[in-house]
Amino acid sequence: MTAVTRYLRSLMLVELFRGLSVTWRHMVAPKFTLNYPEEKTPKSNRFRGLHALRRYPNGEERCIACKLCEAVCPALAITIDSEQRDDGTRRTTRYDIDLFKCIYCGFCEESCPVDSIVETDFHEYHFENRGENIVSKQQLLALGDRFETSIAAARRQDAAYR
Amino acid sequence: MTAIELVFYLFSTVLTLSALAVITVRNAVYAALFLVLAFFSSAAIWMLLEVEFLAITLVLVYVGAVMVLFLFVVMMLDMNSERVREGFARYLPVGILVALIMAGELMFVIWTKGAEKLPLPPGQSDAGANTALLGERLYTAYLYPFEIAAVILLVGIVAAIALTHTGRNPNTRYQDPSRQVSTRREDRVRIVSMPGAGSKSAEERS
Amino acid sequence: MDMQTLQTLLWTLAKIFIIIIPITLTVAYYTYAERKVIGYMQSRIGPNRVGPWGLLQPFADVFKLLFKEIILPANANKFLFYLAPVLTLGPALAAWAVVPFSDWLILADINASLLYVLALTSMGVYGIIVAGWASNSKYAFLGALRSAAQIISYEIAMGFALVCVLIAAGDISLKGIVEAQQGGVFDWFWLPLLPMFMVYFISGVAETNRAPFDVAEGESEIVAGFHVEYAGAAFAVFFLAEYANMILISALTALLFAGGWLSPFENVPVLGGTLLATHGIGWFLAKTVFFMFFFLWFRATFPRYRYDQIMRLGWKVLIPITIVWVVVAAVLVLTGAIVRGS
Repeated sequence: MTAVTRYLRSLMLVELFRGLSVTWRHMVAPKFTLNYPEEKTPKSNRFRGLHALRRYPNGEERCIACKLCEAVCPALAITIDSEQRDDGTRRTTRYDIDLFKCIYCGFCEESCPVDSIVETDFHEYHFENRGENIVSKQQLLALGDRFETSIAAARRQDAAYR
Repeated sequence: MTAIELVFYLFSTVLTLSALAVITVRNAVYAALFLVLAFFSSAAIWMLLEVEFLAITLVLVYVGAVMVLFLFVVMMLDMNSERVREGFARYLPVGILVALIMAGELMFVIWTKGAEKLPLPPGQSDAGANTALLGERLYTAYLYPFEIAAVILLVGIVAAIALTHTGRNPNTRYQDPSRQVSTRREDRVRIVSMPGAGSKSAEERS
Repeated sequence: MDMQTLQTLLWTLAKIFIIIIPITLTVAYYTYAERKVIGYMQSRIGPNRVGPWGLLQPFADVFKLLFKEIILPANANKFLFYLAPVLTLGPALAAWAVVPFSDWLILADINASLLYVLALTSMGVYGIIVAGWASNSKYAFLGALRSAAQIISYEIAMGFALVCVLIAAGDISLKGIVEAQQGGVFDWFWLPLLPMFMVYFISGVAETNRAPFDVAEGESEIVAGFHVEYAGAAFAVFFLAEYANMILISALTALLFAGGWLSPFENVPVLGGTLLATHGIGWFLAKTVFFMFFFLWFRATFPRYRYDQIMRLGWKVLIPITIVWVVVAAVLVLTGAIVRGS
């Protein structure tokens, strides 16, 4: 390109108009924004959200206090105390997860031999007071009851790969 | 007192007070802002005389441009107002003398010609007459004085720049925007095709 | 004061409000349009939460700003600090007094109206300078200095562009300039004065401190420039003034280069007699909105100029072009290529 055409091109603002045309094309192009609370993206069945403790269909809690999850947790977010129950089985007396420490890696879920601790696909939760970040056993069991259908469905879908 | 007179006295009071304030306030930025107010009030008084072209030009040139540059400089200088005021008493007699001479000249003109011989400029007879008449007079009867005034101003600008411009310091690094903006992609970017998967290796091509 | 004077006074006051209130509303929705347009250009959808399609967003913003505290910085000059927003807004609104919305809809039909507008837009810079100085903040001060130098520089290019319009129109009132453009799209001054049209609009963008010339705000290097210390209602006034100025520049471009209230279909064979060919305020508003859109488009497209490049563009590019075109315009008028009010 010679100096003259360069000069003319800059005088005619060619590049500026090209820039304007780019933004114009983007303006008329369709938008992909989702209106979040009304519209949501599909979630994988392997999505790792809030934790829950599951029960057997007869209502007995699955957790046998083997403490594998506590041992594997890289963020040391899980605290477990256990004792022998009257029927001779071992059960947890305390199962706390500190959600501020948790990194949602899913190792607890992987390590659990009885599929007790799981991560649900529920991620829209918040805390309003200090201390609420530590979720107790009762809360985790309640969460498990609340999301049992979706948890079971997700596990069934993924069963072939486990 | 008619409404016009009321407005006139209002603006002339503001003009006089702000002009006084220009030379009495301690803060240089305040002084510059009061000068702006003074220009504005005098423009308003000119407007009362129905010389709207001159009034607006006063605002446009002095308020809009000259005083902005004044403010620009005054704001950047960290002026010591105490030291500036030291010479106030010393220069006062000279100042009063100059003021007296100027007032005397004004009086002389009015007395010799008589106030009635300096009538108010005629009001506008038709739309735009004022501006058009001014332009006609400037570019026909007073063309040469007008052009000479322009040339003198130009010489003044050149002289001011020549006096203050000391040339570029060779130790300072400057950027040349015109060279920077004329750079093309081709000057800076070299597109090299690298042998990759699927293409011939470097030995085969060479 | 007799009844007659009082009546005139009240009527003038009413007319001022009739102009100012729609402008304020336009500013409110201009901010909404800006967020929407820029959002769309960045593949987003912009505000859509407050009211249907986010249409009440401007009011939410206004109320938020009005209820916030105006913070006075330490060692700031209190009087000038509060005066500065008013100094910015005053000229921005006062200039509308002479803008002809149609051939009869003008608040004050003065002869030198173009000069009046030019004088008032050049006064807007005082608010910025005073704000920058009174804030006692180095960012604000740098913004004020930048803005002062920039506005002074681009005013010259703007003035020369307007001189070309004056030469072409042979009149100094905005109404006369529009009337000189009669005849259809190709008789409007944008075509014979095309470079001046460009220069005027570019200078207009620079005068209003808008992107890509918004170094007076320059978020990346001087935070928010001259209004960095302002909050609440005082900031809202600055905001209002900036947008009112943008609308003013758009309206002036429509008047000076795009035939104001003249219909583009004036002498088109088929549409000649239809409703589309009638002149009126609708055309003026449509053209103004068209130019207002460009401000947003520029902001979404161009990165900010570096300061020395702005100065170079103003002094070494725009001003020489305008000076050449003053001569060209005079020749065009002499040879009859521009016919006044055909």
